[in-house]
Amino acid sequence: MAGIEGRFRLDWPSFSLDVDLTLPGRGVTALFGHSGSGKTTLLRCIAGLEHAPQGWLSVDGEVWQDADRWLPTHRRPIGYVFQEASLFPHLSVLGNLRYGRKRVRDAQRVSLDQAIELLGIGHLLDRRPDLLSGGERQRVGIARALAVSPRLLLLDEPLAALDWKRKQEILPYLERLHDELEIPILYVSHSPDEVARLADHLVAMEGGKVLAAGPLTETLARLDLPFRLGEDAGAVLDATVGAVDKEWRLARMDFDGGSLWAPDPGLTVGRRIRVRVLARDVSLAKEPGTSSIQNALRGQVDAIGDDEHPGLALVRLRVGESVLLARLTRRAAASLGVASGRELWVQVKSVALLE
Amino acid sequence: MVNSSDLQALWLTVRLASTVTVILLLVGTPIAWWLARTRTWWKGPIGAVVALPLVLPPSVLGFYLLLTMGPNGPVGQLTHALGLGLLPFTFWGLVVASVFYSLPFMVQPLQTAFEAVGDRPLEVAATLRASPLDAFFTVAMPLAAPGFLTASILTFAHTVGEFGVVLMIGGNLPGVTRVASVQIYDHVEALEYMQAHRLAAVMLLFSFLVLLALYSWRPNPKKGA
Repeated sequence: MAGIEGRFRLDWPSFSLDVDLTLPGRGVTALFGHSGSGKTTLLRCIAGLEHAPQGWLSVDGEVWQDADRWLPTHRRPIGYVFQEASLFPHLSVLGNLRYGRKRVRDAQRVSLDQAIELLGIGHLLDRRPDLLSGGERQRVGIARALAVSPRLLLLDEPLAALDWKRKQEILPYLERLHDELEIPILYVSHSPDEVARLADHLVAMEGGKVLAAGPLTETLARLDLPFRLGEDAGAVLDATVGAVDKEWRLARMDFDGGSLWAPDPGLTVGRRIRVRVLARDVSLAKEPGTSSIQNALRGQVDAIGDDEHPGLALVRLRVGESVLLARLTRRAAASLGVASGRELWVQVKSVALLE
Repeated sequence: MVNSSDLQALWLTVRLASTVTVILLLVGTPIAWWLARTRTWWKGPIGAVVALPLVLPPSVLGFYLLLTMGPNGPVGQLTHALGLGLLPFTFWGLVVASVFYSLPFMVQPLQTAFEAVGDRPLEVAATLRASPLDAFFTVAMPLAAPGFLTASILTFAHTVGEFGVVLMIGGNLPGVTRVASVQIYDHVEALEYMQAHRLAAVMLLFSFLVLLALYSWRPNPKKGA
């Protein structure tokens, strides 16, 4: 059967991992959690870089680990990108790309040229790794992992060692991987931003355990997770550009349950786009007022959860088939009479377009 | 200049040091690799045994080797049974003794170099389909190349400079076991100070040049890119 099924248990003096999960065999799955949550260790177990003795792992129906079998890393059809690009310093960029490439026989899924083109590193091939910028190095690292034509691509916080500018430089390439390749990707991250942009599926981890797993939009909007995102709490909507207002330079994002206007970065009508609405940018009202906030939607309170701060509450609302989160003070919630089932106006101050 | 028996001694010294360096590259590399990578408690005792020749008087080492390789020792009986004769007072006996004597000079720089390579490049190699042996030759060895050079130079130079072990195991047979350091000793014993001077000067110059090369040569610090 398609997909990844894994069961791992590790007991180290300072850390333990205990997971049992099934992941989809397509798209991007984010392993998300704070540092020490075990997300990297889980990825390393899947790669065979850690050996959890009583573990079990099958990928697309092929067993990589069970009671009496353990496929060593170099026999697993994976591509792995480390947090620091970890290029071989004694080889050129091309030498790095070829290192894995020439050791695989079945290289149908990705060609070397395709890997070079996808990551835009054609002009770097003769360079030595120590003469590359951090962003270039990481792009070569990703291309090197792709060049082995993997059945499963594992990325361990590939952007964590980079500054904001370099991250923005690499994110579009990661999105291309998502859009243009059929290879399932496991992506370890502690950044809600990256997860919202790239992932289709989310596995939230804490203390070596899986807290929640499911499709991204549903899982992000869950209120019962014991970890808090605080300022980063929010919902993600899959939308289509419905209209563009040239005069006011706005674009309308249509999603299942309504639409939102946002400043237009130059979108074309009909394009599919992911929209992130942070809970702190959403307010609630009994009447559609005449405030500066023009995005007002009719929604129904679905659940009320705790925020990091005891004076604040996170309210989950159903807007049509979609879900939004609002963050407001408990006093405001009380005076509005926020309760499960209550219909309210949901005002959205700003949205982030995740292109 | 240097007379023919001196030349013979110098040539024998070079032959011995080269043979020992090659053998130790083959023997010392796996030991250094194991010491650099293992996490068992054996690491301590084995590391200590490898380092013993650094502190033992050469006569002690030579004494034990003489007993082991002699007609009543286990190695002696083995070589006798194999029809190889006895090793003491032969060139190959000297080689065996020197391998033990110079072992730490090969193993320790290599171990340091392998430890500096670290786990990560080998993990990367494994994710790129390289088997552990493949990764050793294509990643660990190239990255540890400066360590190999240092270890080989030190081993060669240290073997050239040995004396006590040679006297215990090899004795003083011209063309067989009489290396340069022993030849100098002979000259001094015979009050041939001029000859001793010449040979000693050659040795001094050689040692200085070797160390000069070692200390002036700095490879580019390779950053883990």
